[in-house]
Amino acid sequence: MKILIQGGRVIDPATEHDGIANVLIEDGTIVAVEPGLTAEDAHVVDATGLVVAPGLVDMHVHFREPGFEYKEDIGSGARAAARGGFTAVACMPNTNPVLDNEGLVSLVVRRGKEVALCRVHPIAAITKSQSGNELTEMMILKEAGAVGFSDDGVPVESARVMRRALEYSRLTGLSIISHSEERTLSAGGHMHEGAVSTRLGIPGIPSASEDVAVARDVRLAEITGGRLHICHVSSARSVDVIREGKQRGVSVTAEATPHHFTLTHEAVMSFDSNTKMNPPLRAEEDRRAVIAGLADGTLDAIATDHAPHADREKLVEFDHAPFGILGLQTALPLSLEMLVEGGHLDLPSMIERLTLGPARILGIESGTLRPGAAADVVLFDPDAEWTLDPSEIVSKSHNTPFLGRRLKGRALLTLLEGKATWEDDAMRSRITIPGNRNPGRTALPA
Amino acid sequence: MMADHKSLLGISELEPEEILEILDTAEPFKEVQARSIKKVPALRGQTVVNLFFENSTRTRSSFEIAEKRLSADVLNFSVSTSSVAKGESLRDTAQNIEAMNADMIVMRHGSAGSCHFLDRHVRARVINAGDGQHEHPTQALLDASTLREKLGKIEGLKVVILGDIDHSRVARSNMFLLTKLGAQVTVCGPPTMLPAELEKLGVRASTDVRKSLRDADAVNVLRIQFERQHEPLIPSIREYARYFGITQDKLDELPNGMVVLHPGPMNRGTEIGHDVAEKHAGTILRQVSNGVAVRMAVLYLMSGAEVQN
Repeated sequence: MKILIQGGRVIDPATEHDGIANVLIEDGTIVAVEPGLTAEDAHVVDATGLVVAPGLVDMHVHFREPGFEYKEDIGSGARAAARGGFTAVACMPNTNPVLDNEGLVSLVVRRGKEVALCRVHPIAAITKSQSGNELTEMMILKEAGAVGFSDDGVPVESARVMRRALEYSRLTGLSIISHSEERTLSAGGHMHEGAVSTRLGIPGIPSASEDVAVARDVRLAEITGGRLHICHVSSARSVDVIREGKQRGVSVTAEATPHHFTLTHEAVMSFDSNTKMNPPLRAEEDRRAVIAGLADGTLDAIATDHAPHADREKLVEFDHAPFGILGLQTALPLSLEMLVEGGHLDLPSMIERLTLGPARILGIESGTLRPGAAADVVLFDPDAEWTLDPSEIVSKSHNTPFLGRRLKGRALLTLLEGKATWEDDAMRSRITIPGNRNPGRTALPA
Repeated sequence: MMADHKSLLGISELEPEEILEILDTAEPFKEVQARSIKKVPALRGQTVVNLFFENSTRTRSSFEIAEKRLSADVLNFSVSTSSVAKGESLRDTAQNIEAMNADMIVMRHGSAGSCHFLDRHVRARVINAGDGQHEHPTQALLDASTLREKLGKIEGLKVVILGDIDHSRVARSNMFLLTKLGAQVTVCGPPTMLPAELEKLGVRASTDVRKSLRDADAVNVLRIQFERQHEPLIPSIREYARYFGITQDKLDELPNGMVVLHPGPMNRGTEIGHDVAEKHAGTILRQVSNGVAVRMAVLYLMSGAEVQN
């Protein structure tokens, strides 16, 4: 089966391609990327005015399976991913039970393949039961499919255990993905500590609780030579510490979330529990520093920290609500608006942070349109305006502060190994099947 | 105009004119307190629910008297005997009260923003009687009413709020009210009880009691909210009393007189000296009386009742 994607702006950070070209896909593999390319018997996709990029990669999602399927499961999470333009995700291990053994890691791999809506890579726990004491069987977990190790949600409290984990990462070659937080400073807090928490009387989470933990972890990576990745960087000082670490040659990478570069703690003024996540929305100075970090490459990846919670769990008093918000369906438009339209990153750099950047950190093959690569592709319209209605959301949960927000930029077609995992109605008129000269109502095979 | 508001969730969302409207409306209700029959028919036929999730004898009693003097039907919804203790969510509780067709809900709750939450889920008007560490608007209004009696106006006054600022909703509502009405506010307390970036709220922050009091017209003395602190914030009560307690010797050093307010309950010997408490008992008890009048004014204005004599 052949698919020819015609006339789009093809951006591939891996080959540094940026220009109008046709992309030929055959049997789920990229065959060629060239201007003016034609093909017999191909499904033809008219991508005029659209951007054609490698399928997006989100290295930080919570698909809640096993244990919390009422919030999300691998099926609903992968559907949200596909709709957001993603073809690969990495699932955090804070499930119930925790992903700390090969059986559970294999389960996530298998469920991802059954669902077949995006590549679902498990991140396994750093410590058994995420209890912060004993390391998991990291080599065995790597064999089972783990692409990294994290105790996300429960920071590794002991510097000694963190040191050993980083040392051991030299053996696995996989990153220690750190939720860096000094709990003795942050415990009891529900939002960023600053003028807004003072005004609202909500106990605060100081930036320093993140900064000191990031500083500790970067220093431990330095003395061990281990591979460190810092999750969801939200504070200006943390960006500085990572930047300095990189300058000294420390093996550290980092990610930022769309909500941290879009919103500030001012959003909490309404007491909306959908503005509550950890780390919290911080001050304007921090938001700008996160964007600057993405622009100069200090922050390597955009990751959503997609964290579904059931509606009833968020429909409570602010301090009773759990931390976390959805992210997969809003990441692309928010990145386009805040980073590209905001004038901080060019479009190829933004795409790099959403594809090749995270793929490299995880050591997975996603994030390129190079001939021979799997045909994981997203077509998006950078100018399409739409509103995030509840009806758009395909997650099981609806916890996002962006409900009702006017968004610009939308994934219209997502291909996973050449098969459509998401096809917007707007694509119907752009697709022609072989032998049918009339652009019609026919969709690509799913 | 207060009639434009569905609910009274906090001072922070009021215009200065609306604050003055409440304070002015409270004046005739103060006279009602002095009558032999202390009852007016303004809220006849309306049902007010007092929904208290935290123990409060003073505020609940004050609201209850205010409601009864306005002839409302009053229901005290007490948490210990309700299904909240059985794990019912605030939303479910709210919907149950809604089904009883309450016109107004006066709520006290331990979570900041809980009144905003309730307001989004019920048609009834919501009056905040204290939400976590966030606001206690009627306390700030009664403090202002008392200050106006003692000093004639709020604008231009220099007021010190002294004590456990971080954990105090009284402090927050007072800061909002006093700055809106043009007073100069200094908040004073040990550094561990001063929240971040107070200057951004338009107040001065200080850890020096004597200096703060020097040119002040009034001081609002707060108690230490031990029940909201999950860690020791001061080395000892003895040290706190010596450095931050309002004692007669600190007041004696001042060139002018000082209005001393206290929202109660007082801890004599800790934040306020016994002699100071005695000497200023008139003002402090006047706050309690004014509390009823101010709450009558709020209930009356929120009810949308026609103007009556």
